[in-house]
Amino acid sequence: MGEEMDVKEIKNRGRIKFIIGGILIVTAVIYLIASSAKANTQYYLTVEETKMKYEQGELSDRNVRVSGAVIGESIAYDMENLTLTFTIAHLPGENAALNAEGGVAAALHQAVNDPDRETLDVMYEGPKPDLLVHEAQAIITGKMTLDGVFYADEVLLKCPSKYEEVSPEQSG
Amino acid sequence: MVANIGFGTLLITLIVALYGIAAAVYGQRSQHEQWINSARQAMALMFPLLTVPVLSLLYLLVTHQYQVAYVSEVTSRSMPFYLKLTALWGGQSGSLLFWSWLLAAFATAITLRDWGRDREFLPWVIIVILVTLVFFLFVNVFFENPFSRYWQTSTGIVQAFARPEGAVPFVPRDGQGLNPLLRHPGMIIHPPMLYLGFVSFIIPYAFAIAALVTGRTDDRWIRLTRRWTLWAWLFLSLGLILGARWAYDVLGWGGYWGWDPVEISAFMPWLTGTAFLHSVMIQEKKDMFKRWNLVLIILTFDLVVFGTFLTRSGVLSSVHAFAQSAIGPLFFVFIALTLSVSLGLLLSRWKDLESKNELHSLFSREALFLLNNLLFLGIFVTTLWGILFPLISEIVTGQKVTVGPPFYERATGPLFAGLLLLMGIAPLIAWTYSSLKKWGRAVWKPLVFSMLTFPALYIAGITRWQGVLSFWLVGFVFAVTVYEFWRGAAARIKAHGENVFTAFYSLVKNNRRRYGGYIVHIGVIFMALGVIGIEMYQVETQGTIPEGGSLSLKEYSITYKDLVSFDTHDGRNVTRAIVGVTRSGEELAEIYPRRDYFYDANQPMTIPGVKSTLAGDLYVILVDWREISEEGATFKIYYNPLVNWLWIGGWVFIAGILVAAWPENELDRVQKVSSPLKKRNR
Repeated sequence: MGEEMDVKEIKNRGRIKFIIGGILIVTAVIYLIASSAKANTQYYLTVEETKMKYEQGELSDRNVRVSGAVIGESIAYDMENLTLTFTIAHLPGENAALNAEGGVAAALHQAVNDPDRETLDVMYEGPKPDLLVHEAQAIITGKMTLDGVFYADEVLLKCPSKYEEVSPEQSG
Repeated sequence: MVANIGFGTLLITLIVALYGIAAAVYGQRSQHEQWINSARQAMALMFPLLTVPVLSLLYLLVTHQYQVAYVSEVTSRSMPFYLKLTALWGGQSGSLLFWSWLLAAFATAITLRDWGRDREFLPWVIIVILVTLVFFLFVNVFFENPFSRYWQTSTGIVQAFARPEGAVPFVPRDGQGLNPLLRHPGMIIHPPMLYLGFVSFIIPYAFAIAALVTGRTDDRWIRLTRRWTLWAWLFLSLGLILGARWAYDVLGWGGYWGWDPVEISAFMPWLTGTAFLHSVMIQEKKDMFKRWNLVLIILTFDLVVFGTFLTRSGVLSSVHAFAQSAIGPLFFVFIALTLSVSLGLLLSRWKDLESKNELHSLFSREALFLLNNLLFLGIFVTTLWGILFPLISEIVTGQKVTVGPPFYERATGPLFAGLLLLMGIAPLIAWTYSSLKKWGRAVWKPLVFSMLTFPALYIAGITRWQGVLSFWLVGFVFAVTVYEFWRGAAARIKAHGENVFTAFYSLVKNNRRRYGGYIVHIGVIFMALGVIGIEMYQVETQGTIPEGGSLSLKEYSITYKDLVSFDTHDGRNVTRAIVGVTRSGEELAEIYPRRDYFYDANQPMTIPGVKSTLAGDLYVILVDWREISEEGATFKIYYNPLVNWLWIGGWVFIAGILVAAWPENELDRVQKVSSPLKKRNR
């Protein structure tokens, strides 16, 4: 009887080591996720939201990501200083709103042709991305500067009209 | 016509597969052997049947049948022939069909094996594989039909398979063309490899479920699928490596991995699969971790389905997109269903799966394997969190947020370093119980050897502690792994009096799994070297230079010699710069960074010029140029130290898996086959 108890006790003591070890590792992983997420999570905003938050002073020195429609004629590349400037027009963030405008391609088309839309001037130091064209959707990451220009560290582009939501009229 | 044949056969395949499930269920319940045999024949038909729609689609693709919407979306007249063939997996519906076809090939292959004493697994393996196949065929038939066509109706152009009332066929003159980014040799082989890897993980999963249902919960299912798992892992790893290489060669941002959700969705099953691969060894050796292994293979299966869905749908931009895409909820339901059924089965067998042995010491090889698994799972959870967190945040707070590469790098970096360290410790730790003294006796030689990295790093001018630590770690793990080979070979030399080469050869040959694994580890070490080099020590510069002018970075300097522009027969306009590279004033090479403009897609593509050596790559991008080259052109230059080791490591990695996975009795079989022939020749 007593011997059996001992065996159990030893077993349990052995287990506790492993449970403590396991908890330590899980804690470490959670800590890594939480601290990294805290330092690296960004707002994902529309042009209207960016302007609004900027005017309310909420964006001071904060990295944000903004999506908008590229206005083709605004694209300018300064070869001397290697800086790229362009303007994006407000594009609704909600898919429901995008669909109400007839899909992403139609919404982009509407956004760049509507003179009443909010726009945002963007500056970027680096090579001109291949997909930066009229009516592309730009997703830019960076900060608002004091003069109201968005200083981007990263420019991602999507051209949904071309490959996914194809309408045959465009190709025929 | 051909589209009708294709779609018709697709439909028939779906029906046959459904029949196969029903026959297997009925045969199993009523214990009628002939029904199980019938189910087996139904599954054997999957590959020949599905080959018909695949060939039909290929025919439509190469003969420019632009009335078929898929053909029009992914090909154009100017594309070369081979790209029209590979367009089979260039879009969503085609790649789903391709996926099903690969699964069908494995399904057919598995019916042909000799089931012998594992006959009781057969009906359940059939059911699991066919249910998975039915799901994908169902998506193809009802939601993502690759044979759907354009029709001109009174209200406009619609897309449907059958002709709507009063409509006439609409045939676009030319297709949209494959996205130029995908027109690259790397893209020909990368998706099939990834898909092969995905699909082959379904086989071990099917056997695991069969083991759970039948109650044969010993390690038989693991032994049966060991080789499948290795091949699955090989293909998945190769797919990931090729994808990284493609990004490096084509995307022109000087990197190889961007932590984008699509990449992560292919990486997640690799993480759980790799954990599985390690922990099954413990079950085979020590009869432990039984439940854990089942959890891992179930998780891997559902991540494969999740990954297939994510790589092709792009729903991750928003939860709302997820809800609105037709196939999103379908995949969600399928994953939820298979996950809950599988875990339910696991719980119902929980007691049977109790392990006879227990972990005794934290300082044993088993415990370190467990730690290895926890780290892999830690990385998996981190990446999953990175994908899900934005969606959760949007649901809870209504605020869209994103997490970028810095999140993943910071959160997973220490875990990867931990794994690397384990690779250096575990091989020298004994099973069951080890002591510090024992370990110390084994480790001191490689440890001393690894100290050589310090003076080498000092000479190379690397003094930042993160760099020193990382390179030392790589050196240490390398020394331990080589030492393991050496110890084994030295024992053989002593015991059998073999020379060094035969000793190494027979060492690996007699225990290919173990030493194949060590070769994989060496591959990982080389890859780590490349990653550390590019992540910590990449430097860049950019500038506009006139013809004949130069731009320098570190000891390198590039000279802009000339710019040429010409049209190609496959519909591109190529603008190519001729750039001379010198190192410390010495002529090294001529490279050709260029920009291809695709007329059909109206899209440019930047392709870097690279001078690659083992020490590092000089990676030059042609950014911009003036029409008449009076003011010259703009270049961006990266120096990526050691990045070549990433690719070399990749090949070593694959070679290691091949050593471990290659069929054991290959040589015997060749001899058996060849002997009757010899007789006849006489």
